[in-house]
Amino acid sequence: MSTFLGMPDVGHAPRGVGHLRGEEPFPAAARKALANAQLRRNIGHATSTIRAKRAAVVGEVPDWEELRTAGRDIKNATMHRLDSYLEQLEANIQARGGVVHWARDAIEANEIVTRLVKATGSDEVVKVKSMATQEIGLNEALEAAGITPYETDLAELIVQLGHDLPSHILVPAIHRNRAEIREIFLREMPDADPGLTDEPQVLAMAARKHLREKFLTARVAISGANFAVAETGTLSVVESEGNGRMCLTLPQTLITVMGIEKVVPAWTDLEVFLQLLPRSSTGERMNPYTSMWTGVTPGDGPQEFHLVLLDNGRTATLADPDGREALNCIRCSACLNVCPVYERTGGHAYGSVYPGPIGAVLSPQLTGIEDNASLPYASSLCGACYDVCPVKIDIPTMLVHLRAEHVDARRAEGRPSPEALVMRAAAWTMSNPRRWALAQRLTRLGRLLGRRRDRISQLPPPLSSWTASRDLPRPPEETFSEWWTRTRGSQP
Amino acid sequence: MRVALFVTCLVDTLFPQVGRATVSLLERLGHEVVVPSGQSCCGQPQINTGYQREALPLIRRHTDVFSAYDAVVAPSGSCVGSIRHQHAMVARRAGDDGLATAAHDVGTRTYELSEFLVDVLGVEDVGASFPHRVTYHPTCHSLRMLRVGDKPLRLLRNVRGLDLVELPAADQCCGFGGTFAVKNADTSTAMLADKMQHVLDTEAEVCTAGDSSCLMQIGGGLSRLRAGTRTLHLAEILASTEPAA
Ligand code: SF4
Repeated sequence: MSTFLGMPDVGHAPRGVGHLRGEEPFPAAARKALANAQLRRNIGHATSTIRAKRAAVVGEVPDWEELRTAGRDIKNATMHRLDSYLEQLEANIQARGGVVHWARDAIEANEIVTRLVKATGSDEVVKVKSMATQEIGLNEALEAAGITPYETDLAELIVQLGHDLPSHILVPAIHRNRAEIREIFLREMPDADPGLTDEPQVLAMAARKHLREKFLTARVAISGANFAVAETGTLSVVESEGNGRMCLTLPQTLITVMGIEKVVPAWTDLEVFLQLLPRSSTGERMNPYTSMWTGVTPGDGPQEFHLVLLDNGRTATLADPDGREALNCIRCSACLNVCPVYERTGGHAYGSVYPGPIGAVLSPQLTGIEDNASLPYASSLCGACYDVCPVKIDIPTMLVHLRAEHVDARRAEGRPSPEALVMRAAAWTMSNPRRWALAQRLTRLGRLLGRRRDRISQLPPPLSSWTASRDLPRPPEETFSEWWTRTRGSQP
Repeated sequence: MRVALFVTCLVDTLFPQVGRATVSLLERLGHEVVVPSGQSCCGQPQINTGYQREALPLIRRHTDVFSAYDAVVAPSGSCVGSIRHQHAMVARRAGDDGLATAAHDVGTRTYELSEFLVDVLGVEDVGASFPHRVTYHPTCHSLRMLRVGDKPLRLLRNVRGLDLVELPAADQCCGFGGTFAVKNADTSTAMLADKMQHVLDTEAEVCTAGDSSCLMQIGGGLSRLRAGTRTLHLAEILASTEPAA
């Protein structure tokens, strides 16, 4: 089902560019990740630490539930008039000396940014941590055009130097521990001290030394954005390290790539989100650096500012009333940190830069369900994500909805899978009392399997994937219904 | 009070002792239990696997069978969650508004066992006796869909002789998740491994919960390890009158 909300439908995120699709389905990728004991220790340790921090600072806020409701309501209202807010944002930025570009997808966005950098004559850029540029594969596009991007966020730098992909929205190198980071630095930083230890402080200082030079010489910076205020034309980036602030203020030219869903109507809306975001993401009361800028300020900061508004499957997502709430996400990553699946598999298993529960609902919508068909099933529907989400996205219900979309799409192809046949047969049997009673009697044949014991330890596929690690009880001699009829007679 | 029991397909077929315990508990408390015939499955396995169209006849049947009763009780947080939060949604998505209204109606009169005992009947001491060391796993749908909170714990604390030990990381999913346990068997097993470790850390004899499905997962894992810790449904403990040793 789709609804027109004033936005043109420009289709899904294209294949062959960016990082929204994995090479293999989730179960296969997860199996490999689960076998990596070091990875599981790293992620288990990191997520449990941050979960505790978040719970503590969220518990301090007496009106947390009201804030969550306000956050959700602002986002929902914005999405219903996204077209007009975006045009208002564009007009306000242009009035303040900035330039706004509209990119239909990753290919267009990469082309626009590459052209803008080339026009400055620079062959290198410094980058502020940004999910949108990871999504579109901007670094690869720049490198192909002979431009060297330098990631300046510490974790993003570790990922870049490790020729790796981010595995978490907020902590892209969450899958690495200190010893691994030390090795990467020694291998990849020409100026690293050979006596480098794996103390966090020492590693941070090494990165600082490595980056300082870049901040002072770079002429172009590329950032993402956490929020854009339509009524003022103001963009905002929140961060912890201050490296983003350097990029946003020192270079001559600033290019910001931002998903169209990041716009909020009014300046006062930031009051809500700047409370929700840091407590949900890093477990801090306030993030150390909040940068805000509006167009160009003569003589202060970048003198050239470009905003690239990215669609890449977002209007297609917006068109689905049961899926569009995924666009409300403020990328806090709280849902990743509480997710029992993410905690065990890590982010790479999801194959997209957006992992965890939000990735499982966002990636398939951005790419179209057929390209990420296994992701909506990568959840036990435990609901922990919904409980922590600062903008109350009902991720479990959306997962169930996307599973139905996937099954319906398959249905339309007309080739029922074995699973579909089983589901159909089960529904056919169970919706009729006589058939159901007969089927229950047949289940009793399972007693033969557990003949010698009270348990069944081996079943044929697909149930073999249950019995690979778990027993099943031997079916009882008498079902509950039979017992009831035998002892009480039948009832209405 | 006249109570209609929705026994659930899993309990009916594989864990009849849980249904019998629910009946004996409610009758001991002085209530009349009826088991409407024609009941089978709430359709949750279909809904949560994406087969909403297949779930529709099951929802229709369930709604028909139970619409005549003022109170419906099921020994499963998960099935009650589906009835209360999914049935109307699926009917509406299929364009059947009449069914959606009727299903919603049944949902408002359907209770998970601990909710029914504490909220509707107002009892926390059901007169049970069970002299064993027990730990309680709050299943995800009881905890987060139904918000049963500490109701099951309040019931357990009033059981004579029962030594209740807190389960570490209790709110973490056991890894069952319906067809998730088969489709993502490796991840499900990894989640189960941690749950079992926490259960074994309590040195409890019995791990209990309000859902036979999650207990099938935890119990299936413990049985495979020959761990010696049993799983019992909350209803079985609350129905017990086993005298103190
Ligand atoms: S879905 Fe909610 S919890 Fe998850 S990252 Fe987005 S805002 Fe945070």
